[in-house]
Amino acid sequence: MASLPPIDLPSGATGAGAFDAPADDAHRAVRFDYLLRLGDDSLILGQRLSEWCGHAPSVEVDLSLANFGLDLVGQATHFLGQAGAAEGQGRSGDKLAFHRDVLDFRNCLLVEQPNGDFAQTMARHLLFSTWQEMLFGHLIASTDEQIAAVAAKAVKEVAYHRELASEWVIRLGDGTDESRRRMIDGLDWMWRFVPELFEMDEVATRAADCGIGVDVGRFREDYDNRIRAVLAEATLEPPADQRPILGGRRGHHSEHLGHLLAVMQFLPRTYPDATW
Amino acid sequence: MVASARIQDVGAQLWRVLEGVPDPEIPALSVVDLGIVRAVDASRVVITPTYTGCPATQVIERDIRNALDAAGFRDVAIETMLSPPWTTDWISAAGREKLKAYGIAPPTPAGQSAVECPQCGSMKTEELSRFGSTPCKAQWRCRDCLEPFDLFKCH
Repeated sequence: MASLPPIDLPSGATGAGAFDAPADDAHRAVRFDYLLRLGDDSLILGQRLSEWCGHAPSVEVDLSLANFGLDLVGQATHFLGQAGAAEGQGRSGDKLAFHRDVLDFRNCLLVEQPNGDFAQTMARHLLFSTWQEMLFGHLIASTDEQIAAVAAKAVKEVAYHRELASEWVIRLGDGTDESRRRMIDGLDWMWRFVPELFEMDEVATRAADCGIGVDVGRFREDYDNRIRAVLAEATLEPPADQRPILGGRRGHHSEHLGHLLAVMQFLPRTYPDATW
Repeated sequence: MVASARIQDVGAQLWRVLEGVPDPEIPALSVVDLGIVRAVDASRVVITPTYTGCPATQVIERDIRNALDAAGFRDVAIETMLSPPWTTDWISAAGREKLKAYGIAPPTPAGQSAVECPQCGSMKTEELSRFGSTPCKAQWRCRDCLEPFDLFKCH
């Protein structure tokens, strides 16, 4: 899909901050960075989906989206908790979720995209959950026991997400003129963020090399085939080739993430001592 | 021999305490019926979460703590184990019967798609929504007695 050159950070910028990690901390640093990516993907999409609560087209869909959000925030709780432990600076999962700013988030750009209408949300969710299910399927074999355990648990839940998103993409794509138009628009919005899911930058490569992560390139073709199969059933053509946008993994986010964080982080930042 | 018998005895007592701890979202089931108690010995109780984001997990741990404390087992620790992940296959036979009596269809065995209405026993049922009031349930409807019901999702 990605034949056009991507939009990325300015050349020379690493987005990695000003200090270097000593070599003996390299594995710990890679593990921290990798867990942050996993956790931030789940956290941001979980928060995004929760915006639908009380606004979905029907009560069943409302419950479904809230359940997606719950599963994703559950994944984030595990991954960010482990990230805090890997970092060894005393930061808990909550601290990482609520006391980092936009530039420190490592989620992919797809998950922070606005919900738009229901079709746009389902387009995003098809593209993400298909990828996440395949990623977790591979992470079950991670050499990192904790990552493998969460992946084995979550992959069964994500399969439900992917099934429901696929059904809605098919129903809306092969539905009325209006639902079809909206689904085409939704896919068109989200399509340019797919290549970032398959980006193998330095962190991803090192995580894959040491066995805790996965070379996502291994399932790119399979992913494309699965997405195309759902679109074919929805009587939709894959969107036209678009210029991919990268940068989320290095903290270079769209304006949408800041607005999401403002809502999500307001309470713990305003009342830092608040407890349940 | 005496010490070993006593340890077994403590284990049996702990199991009895745990059998009295209900699941907070489906109180008809105990945590033992639900199959989330992995191991019990004289010093610890090992439990496993049902779903990654299930909010009941924390409540369950608190309820078990309270029950153990109340029964005098203040020094017994509660540990959480993620792997291998919990599956609905671990719900006990007694648990499945209790679910049905409570009005929730128990999870169907792998490969079986027909779901029996827990109200009237009819097999003429259909899915309304794959997601329901909690992460573990889907919404179904009986086409004979017309009652809606929850299905415990196979997981």
